[in-house]
Amino acid sequence: MENQNLLEKFQRYVDAENKIEAKDWMPDGYRKTLIRQMAQHAHSEVVGMLPEGNWISRAPSLRRKAILISKVQDEAGHGLYLYSACETLGVDRSTLIDELLCGKAKYSSIFNYPTLSWADIGAIGWLVDGAAIVNQVSLQRTSYGPYSRAMVRICKEESFHQRQGYEIMIALAKNGNAAQKKMAQEAFNRWWWPALMMFGPSDANSPNSAQNMAWKIKRHSNDELRQKFVDMTVPQAEYVGLTIPDKDLKWNEETGHYAFGEIDWTEFNEVVKGNGPCNKQRLQTRNAAHEKGTWVREAAMAYAQKQSERQKVSAA
Amino acid sequence: MNKEIYNKYIIRLADDALILGQRLSEWCGHGPILEEDIALANISLDYIGQATNLFKQASVADELGRDEDALALARMESEYNNALLLELPNGDYAFTIARQYYYTSFYLLFLERLKQSSDSFLAGFAEKSIKEVRYHVQHAGDWMLRMGDGTEESHTRIQEALHQLWPYLGELFEMDDVERATVEEGYGVDRSLLLDEWKMKLSDLLSEATLTLPESAWHHTGGRHGRHTEQMGFLLAEMQFLQRAYPGAKW
Ligand SMILES: [Fe+2]
Ligand SMILES: [Fe+2]
Repeated sequence: MENQNLLEKFQRYVDAENKIEAKDWMPDGYRKTLIRQMAQHAHSEVVGMLPEGNWISRAPSLRRKAILISKVQDEAGHGLYLYSACETLGVDRSTLIDELLCGKAKYSSIFNYPTLSWADIGAIGWLVDGAAIVNQVSLQRTSYGPYSRAMVRICKEESFHQRQGYEIMIALAKNGNAAQKKMAQEAFNRWWWPALMMFGPSDANSPNSAQNMAWKIKRHSNDELRQKFVDMTVPQAEYVGLTIPDKDLKWNEETGHYAFGEIDWTEFNEVVKGNGPCNKQRLQTRNAAHEKGTWVREAAMAYAQKQSERQKVSAA
Repeated sequence: MNKEIYNKYIIRLADDALILGQRLSEWCGHGPILEEDIALANISLDYIGQATNLFKQASVADELGRDEDALALARMESEYNNALLLELPNGDYAFTIARQYYYTSFYLLFLERLKQSSDSFLAGFAEKSIKEVRYHVQHAGDWMLRMGDGTEESHTRIQEALHQLWPYLGELFEMDDVERATVEEGYGVDRSLLLDEWKMKLSDLLSEATLTLPESAWHHTGGRHGRHTEQMGFLLAEMQFLQRAYPGAKW
């Protein structure tokens, strides 16, 4: 049983909007939730490199190629910051990566959808990074200091990601030829609903939310964030001439928000369970990279070991 | 100045940068460790950036009025003039690193000479690129040491890669009519003069890495004149896909 005094003190400290730091006392549940959430977030950054990386070699212009490489490179960097943030809580990166590779740890389901055309690269930047920003802006105020600071750093780069994606969509859907417009609409149709699913189950079905909100790990509910994203994105879609693939979508004068249709929760649950179009491939690809890299990492370790032994000898 | 030769020269340099950048970018998401995904993406970006500047320069005097993207992404295979070394598939990490070290240690010497070019574009290009390529040499050199003097497996792999790649090195030092004309006009580099210094530096590094220098004197050639390896067609098919499928489209 955790000390009731400590728990109350912790809650008061969080309530006063203080940041918890690595060495501070924290409830076990708080620590566990954070490790799981930050690790999932880190894994998402890394697995997220794959669907977009898929189009680097086929980017349609030098400029687009350079932008896409630097975007995917940023995601690798985000993975690194987040793994380090996890390490502040006492789990090391290799343990976390092993959990990802064996399928035990989760990552964002959105990356289990395929990138079938160049327009998907636009759709991902605009919608997926767009949704991630909504989530991450909220997480900048999360109560765990290292996570909050990682989010501040990451958000700066995410806005470039969202912009480059939307720019691709403008080029295709607004300024493109008929084939490009078609490509853009098809990609939009494929990514719209999965992007809405990124915010997680509806509030009515989020069992952990209340505790996470009380600890201020989470600052806004899934449905609040999802609504924010819809309100932000619909006018952007209209501006480039894309049709939202939702017959129930309409502006509600009274609430000042867009009303939208019900998410296909069966699809949502299936993808979470591992039955999305690319779950298997993504994990296979990560595993293959990891296995092919084993001898490289071993070489680096062996060399570092030899170097430090040499230094000891020459110092003696 | 003979404009046609000048443009040919620029295209050779541009193709080298583009094709290497393309190959390196294939590692993105598949590297042995996250830090290397980042490093190789970074290096690949440098080459795509260099290629972009060079193709822009080539487009100024292009007789067909092509822009940098049409030059980079819509020529026929036989019109690409990169060195064969750079189009070879990435292989394992040892192969990629061995190519990186071989090539960038040559390229750095090349750029140091090119900095003296009488052509202000080329001199400026070299000066800017040297800063990038110094880091590329450092990055590959560090890995040569780790692999050469790491484990038995890494030693075997990197030594094998050095041997496999060796026959593609000679082409980097080849001088033909185009290269000779650029030297005569005072803006190009005499590649043949770089060989001794390059070999010296290379053997220093190899001995530190407990590796041996391959010996064969014979080498493959053809890239500068558009005769490529069998792998080039696949690289281009992928790289040019959108340009070919949607001619004239803007992206
Ligand atoms: Fe990210
Ligand atoms: Fe991003």
